[in-house]
Parts: sequence; C-alpha cells; structure tokens
Amino acid sequence: MIELRDVHKTFGANRVLRGVDLTIPKGTSMVIIGGSGTGKSVALKCVLGLISPDSGLITLDGQDVTKGDRDAFLARFGMLFQGGALFDSLPVWQNVAFRLLRGSLKRPLAEAREIAIEKLRRVGLTPEQADKFPAELSGGMQKRVGLARAIAADPEIIFFDEPTTGLDPIMSGVINELIREIVVEMGATAMTITHDMTSVRAIADNVAMLHDGVIQWTGPVAEMDASGDPYLEQFVTGSAEGPIEAVR
Amino acid sequence: MTLLLSPLAALGRSVLAGLAMLGRIVIFALRAFSHILRPPYYPREIGHALLQIGWLSLPVVGLTAVFTGGALALQIYAGGARFNAEAVVPQIVAIGMVRELGPVLVGLMIAARVTSSIAAEIATMKVTEQIDALVTLSTHPMKYLVAPRVLAALLTVPLLVGIGDVIGILGGYTVAVQNLDFNAATYLQNTVNFLELRDIASSLAKGAVFGVIAAVMGCYYGMHSGRGAMGVGRATKSSVQAAAILILAANFVLTGVFFSV
Repeated sequence: MIELRDVHKTFGANRVLRGVDLTIPKGTSMVIIGGSGTGKSVALKCVLGLISPDSGLITLDGQDVTKGDRDAFLARFGMLFQGGALFDSLPVWQNVAFRLLRGSLKRPLAEAREIAIEKLRRVGLTPEQADKFPAELSGGMQKRVGLARAIAADPEIIFFDEPTTGLDPIMSGVINELIREIVVEMGATAMTITHDMTSVRAIADNVAMLHDGVIQWTGPVAEMDASGDPYLEQFVTGSAEGPIEAVR
Repeated sequence: MTLLLSPLAALGRSVLAGLAMLGRIVIFALRAFSHILRPPYYPREIGHALLQIGWLSLPVVGLTAVFTGGALALQIYAGGARFNAEAVVPQIVAIGMVRELGPVLVGLMIAARVTSSIAAEIATMKVTEQIDALVTLSTHPMKYLVAPRVLAALLTVPLLVGIGDVIGILGGYTVAVQNLDFNAATYLQNTVNFLELRDIASSLAKGAVFGVIAAVMGCYYGMHSGRGAMGVGRATKSSVQAAAILILAANFVLTGVFFSV
C-alpha cells in the first residue's frame, strides 16, 4: 500500500503540492486526474524519490520511502514515462532489458534478451523490432517499448505518466487495454496520471482528483459520475463553466 | 551614494555567485571521482567514452597540431631573423609545442568537440526524462553517465596531448626542412637534445587536468540543464565557455607550478 500524508512541495514561489493525502491500496489501480500543471507528475515523482517533498510523509507498506535500501525500493517499481524516455543509444531490446543487464537483477545476456523479446511480444511488438533503435519506431511503438521496459522485471508497483498523450484514439485504446491487462494479470499496484477521461474509465479502480495542490475528491471510478463534487464534475464533463478557472 | 555603491554591490553579487558556482562544480567533480573509485563499474560505457573522447578526437587534434607546428616554425624563423637567431627554430618549436601550445590547443579542441557533445547529450537526456528513467531503473546517473566520461577524459587527453606534441613538432620539422632549408637530421637532433623530461611531464599532466575539466564541465552543465531546446542550447554554450576559461586559467597556474623556479 502506498500512502501520502500531508505532502507539500514548492518550486520558488509556486506552491505545487499543498498537503496531499492519498492512499493506494495494494493490488489496485489508482488514476490521478487534474488539469495541466496541478502537480500530478510532481506527486508521482515524490513517491519515487525523484523529487524530495518539502514536508509530509510517503510510505510504502508502512515504510518511509526516504529511508532504507534505495535499490531494493526501486527494484519494486516499474515506470512508463510520458515521452517513453527510451535511451537513444541502446537498441530496443536493451532498453527493455536495461534492469536485467546490470545491478542486482542482472541475468545472462541471452536470457535477458529472451525476456525482453517476450515482454515486447506482450505489448504487441514483434521480435524484429528488438534490434531497432528507438528513433526508428513510431510514437505508439515507443510508448509500447516503454511499457515493456516498465514490466520487464515483473514489478509489484507500476507508475504510468500520461500513457496516452500524443497518441491517436485507436493507439490510446490499445495502450489502455494493455495497461489494464497487465495490471490485472500481474496483480500489480498501479498509479496512473492522466487527463484523458477515456483512459480513466479503462484503467482505474479508484480515481483521485488533484486541484490547487490538494486531493479534491477520491473514490471508486464507478462513483465518479455521481460524485456531486463541482470540481470533478467540471473536469469530467470538460465544461469551461465551473469552479476551475478555464484560463490558468 | 547609492548610485556609486550599486555597481559595486552588483560586482560583489556576481563574484559571490561565481564562487558558489565554482564550489558546486568542485563538489560535482569530487562526487564524479568517488563514483570512479567505487563499484559497480560499467565497462561498456567506459569503452564507449574512451572511443568517443580519445580515438574520435585524433583527427581534429592531429590537424590542429600539424598546422600550429608549421606556423610556429615560420613565425620563429621570421622573428629570429631580426636578430640573426634563425637557428633556434627546432628548439623553440619543441618547447613551444610541448610546454604550451600542444596541451592548450588540444584542451581547447577537446572543449569544443567533447564538452559540447557531452553537455548536449546529457542535457537532452535530462529534458526527455531519460535521467529520471535511469534512476527508476536503479542506475545512478553519476555512475552511469558522468564517471565513465570523466575517467575516459583523464586517460585519453594526456595521450592526445602527447600525440599532438609529436605531430606539432613534425609540422614544424616539415616546414623547416622543406621551406627554410634546415638539415633534417640536425633539426631532429636539436629537438631531442633540447627537450627535458620535465617539459614532457608537464605537457601530459596539463593534458590530464584539461581533460578532466572538459569532461566535468560537459557533465555538470548537462546534468543541470534547463527545460526544452533552449535549456539544452544554453547548457551546451555555457559548458564550452566555462571549460575554455578554466582550461586557460589552469594552464596559467600549472605553468607557474612547473616552471616558476
């Protein structure tokens, strides 16, 4: 279980997180929604330790994430970045098997390649794509390679940062289905950031809306449409009228 | 009074900011060395950096050195002729290349070629979240990106300086023998006899220091790049500027250390 308690983060004069409280139960898929620049990615990066919160507590299974063995902590995570964040200098299979080629999870080269090709197949890519470089792939394919890399070491927890941004609706649907299948199949805890409502309905067990640096509403995805929360309603309907200022 | 003091205050703020920046760079360099000394090591990354910084810099170093050596021979001959000292061409070319021009020009060429490339590559990795991805894959960016490059520069730039020194002397030799009617054997004999071990040691030591400066500056500015294309451009420009200035400043200090007595 991941818990954030009263997490604050400020960049200069910009108070991005102003006391975030959120619980993600083990084995569930939490989707965080909110407008651009509301601190969704910052919250996610705080959990991973990529950004240090100014105050507050973040725990994983009751353990403070800032304490203990960092490598062991990160080995439990997989992460799909918004732009894929694939390493340009490495072929696709080495991107996927990156964690399996070094460090505590190191495997023999042939075995790592075999696992990479299996994971690529899992996300709908053929073994022929394995030896290409990321720049030779389309945006959708790069996203899928990023997804294969995120699941390569069978992590307990997977984070998805804007998994469908920049993709056409069909490819978005494919990625959403893949994420849902992988999360269910692996029994992983998932935390997804998006402002794509189709993704929310496809991926989420629970939804949290981040606005003005705090969690404005959280609950099961089935209750989202009848929440009665004016912020969430405006966001879900995409209306320009409501408590959220259209021009921020 | 305020009008008089404000330029001084601005100057003071700039000096303090400059010193703070220097402090951050020194701490960054020390962290890089601590990662060079501690496992895990990434042999493939080290090999790649050795190839990029050392082997692929050879053409530009060789061309810079040969033309500089040739021009130096012509200048010394023309200048020496004013007081009947044309015969000192081999000695001055040798000392000029080995003590000063070899290391400084190679250092500056490395700053132009390697520092810019390191800064642009790492800055692009930063803005495309590849560095964050490294962290989430349990790989320390200092160990994976910075340490191999600094180690490769430390090992290869002294070699490049040594090669540049030899090529520069050969450039001077070719011009002297072909255009200025020097005797080939005498020219080489004078060169070898005149150079001391201290000259060569200082040249290689300067190369090592300049190599570290070039790599550290590229890595530092890359890792601290701002967002977007402008951030990458600014990091690249700043890294080359800083590397060039620090190389020239370090050259002055090292020359004083080696030859002030």
